[in-house]
Amino acid sequence: MVAQDIALELPQGKRYALIGPNGAGKTTLMNLLTGMLAPDSGQVFLGEGEDATEITRLRADTRVKKGLARTFQINTLFPQLSALEAVTLAVLERDGHAHNWWRGLPRFGAAIDEAHAILNSLGLGNASFRTTKELPYGQQRLLEIALALATRPKVLLLDEPAAGVPKDESAVLFDAIDGLSRELTILFIEHDMDVVFRFASRIIVMVGGRILVEGPPDEIARDERVREVYLGKTRLAA
Amino acid sequence: MLSSLAGVLFDGFAYGMLLFLLSVGLSVTLGMMNFVNLAHCSFAMVGGYATVSLMTRLGWPFLATLPMAFVTAAAVSVVLERTLYRRLYRSSDLDQCLLTIGIVFVSVAVFAWFFTTEQQSIQVPDWLQGSQQVAGMTFASYRMFLIVVGLAITAFLVLFLERTRFGARIRAAVDNQRMARGLGIDVDRAFMFTFALGGGLAGLGGALSIQVIGLDPTFALAYLVYVLIVVAVGGLGSIGGSFAAAVVLGISDMAGKYYFPWLGAFLIYLVMVGLLMWRPQGLFGKR
Amino acid sequence: MRWHPLEIVFWLCTLLPFVVTPNYLSLASQIAITALFALSLDLILGYAGIVSLGHAAFFGVGAYTAGLLAKHYFAEPLSGLLLAAVISGLVGYATSHIVVRFRHLALIMLTMGLGLLLHEAANSASALTGGADGLQGFRVPAVLGFKFDMFGRAAYAYSLAILFLCFLVCRRIIHSPFGLALRGIRENATRMPAIGAPSRAHLRKAYTVAAVLAGIAGAMLTHTTSTVSLETLSFGRSADVLVILILGGAGRLYGGIIGAIIYMVARDQFSGANPQYWYFWIGLLLVAVVMFLPNGILGGLSKFFQPRS
Repeated sequence: MVAQDIALELPQGKRYALIGPNGAGKTTLMNLLTGMLAPDSGQVFLGEGEDATEITRLRADTRVKKGLARTFQINTLFPQLSALEAVTLAVLERDGHAHNWWRGLPRFGAAIDEAHAILNSLGLGNASFRTTKELPYGQQRLLEIALALATRPKVLLLDEPAAGVPKDESAVLFDAIDGLSRELTILFIEHDMDVVFRFASRIIVMVGGRILVEGPPDEIARDERVREVYLGKTRLAA
Repeated sequence: MLSSLAGVLFDGFAYGMLLFLLSVGLSVTLGMMNFVNLAHCSFAMVGGYATVSLMTRLGWPFLATLPMAFVTAAAVSVVLERTLYRRLYRSSDLDQCLLTIGIVFVSVAVFAWFFTTEQQSIQVPDWLQGSQQVAGMTFASYRMFLIVVGLAITAFLVLFLERTRFGARIRAAVDNQRMARGLGIDVDRAFMFTFALGGGLAGLGGALSIQVIGLDPTFALAYLVYVLIVVAVGGLGSIGGSFAAAVVLGISDMAGKYYFPWLGAFLIYLVMVGLLMWRPQGLFGKR
Repeated sequence: MRWHPLEIVFWLCTLLPFVVTPNYLSLASQIAITALFALSLDLILGYAGIVSLGHAAFFGVGAYTAGLLAKHYFAEPLSGLLLAAVISGLVGYATSHIVVRFRHLALIMLTMGLGLLLHEAANSASALTGGADGLQGFRVPAVLGFKFDMFGRAAYAYSLAILFLCFLVCRRIIHSPFGLALRGIRENATRMPAIGAPSRAHLRKAYTVAAVLAGIAGAMLTHTTSTVSLETLSFGRSADVLVILILGGAGRLYGGIIGAIIYMVARDQFSGANPQYWYFWIGLLLVAVVMFLPNGILGGLSKFFQPRS
């Protein structure tokens, strides 16, 4: 049993941080939400109030079309495609043009322009034409986010967006995330507490497959149980 | 009716033992290193031709050639592993397939050159020829011999893997290579040994099969299909799986040929496709 | 999509055999047919990443369809091509539902198994297919009024024209959004659903198109040789076309064509007296290509001509 008894609600437009020790089930939860894993029981809903639709039975790609996107903790990119090609592909899939085998790619100018815009907004403009595997690691992490953004999500799940990125470079990454539209609901898994306290409006703590506690940052910082869970008891000082 | 059923089961089981010997090495090495070695049946040919040469050119008795078949096949497989295979452990499935298919082609040509494309035959000792009466039914002696050898080797393999320390190391390496390395197990050594063992068993299988299915240079390709079926259906890295799959396939093939001869090999392929669709990781595979 | 000058040169050169090597025109038609077959495999292997050891199934279905049509009804090639395309497309579409659900060894074994099944079925259904002897006793006399004779001019013109037309279709596909999606699947099948791509639907489509093209190639073989052999469905043929594609370089559009030229010419030259020799050299070549030229001949050449920028 990797994750159980999760009852979670993410109101629109907020930034949620999901924290917890390794193996607590955070990535599993994301896999369950996005459809990469099927739950033994329970339901997943997307949308607000009466508009909420149940997506538990939907395939992963259908959920993306409904507005739920994610990034991966380990780069899951297209090595031989250029950054522009990759983002354009995501845009084309979103618009339903990817089945078109008759018209040449250059004819889809709108999609290509949009891909350029997304890459520029994340500071990847000059990397557009380079192949993904040639990009430095930090830019690959940004490309992860670019791909997710290209699907025009309403809810964005970021799995350790700065994983493996050195401290000085991660500032760029988080500025980019910070700059994302306030209409977007974001849930991000993160280990760096400075980042968590800077960006999150609410924090969810998972331990051993369950949610330990949830609340605004200052409450979480004061919570005794949370301090115990983390080895460094002083690390949570606000 | 019953005796023909018993006959089919018996022949099928014997055939299954042969398939098991030919396939078990591939299953374990595939499960351990994920290396697709389509040249596995070429090792069988090495063993088969070793037996033929020793018997016809040096007059060795049949049983004495069997260990030599094992040893020569094991030696060849180790040489190939050290020189070529180990460079491709991280390559794609496709690259490994292609490299080993290339080796198969070369081996087919080499054996045709030295031994011609004729079917090879040998004279097994008298006590292995003919048949025996058991419980009122007749069973071919050689097939009984195959079953005995097959079961003996299975028992030996299981004991070796379950009871010895070296066996434990091999099991660890098959289960989780990275963890095994972390525990200080010399995975490369274990793999070389496993490869040699697997190749040797294939060689033994090749030698034993001369009497039953013959030997010519196309053996490496013709039986590759059956071996792959056993491995895929049984599950990678599983000796029990290979055993079960080999027996199922051996009996299905015999039953098919006996009861539905107009179906030909159709039945085996149908069984394989059906089984793989139901359990793509094989009957006993992990993942 | 703009044509590179080398491409234009290449296609013009395909007209040379008419003038330069008029005695080898039947070999040239066989090369063109094999090239189309390899091109069809490239679509699923080189672009979508499906490793198939049973692609000959569609080649054979096309060949037998064309043969049965010619034998029992009428021997007009172009309608034979059309019917072969439809039938192999249907078979491809049906099997695609099974194939796209699997990966790795299971996928390789399934494609091989389905191919073997079809081969056995054709072998057994000898009343329809002629069994091990194949389909004989019919003749396809001409295409559009041009006689298929022993000089092979009509045969080569026919094969080359169909190859070129199918090539144009493939070229369009590669450079389209669908082609990009296929490459996406090949590059990272896990990421595709995460960007909203219906991977299986894409793969089914690619597999069906590949089956159609392979079927057309098979039909062409029937038309140019006026015979259908059981070997068109064999595992050997599936393995051969795989070797040919890898030799030339998968995922590079021209790889199958280059591979076919090299393989068939070499086989014609070397296998003459002793087929064993042929296996030896092709095996050695395969080992060399995998060890030293992992992207096939075209891959090696592209590294040579375009240094990393």
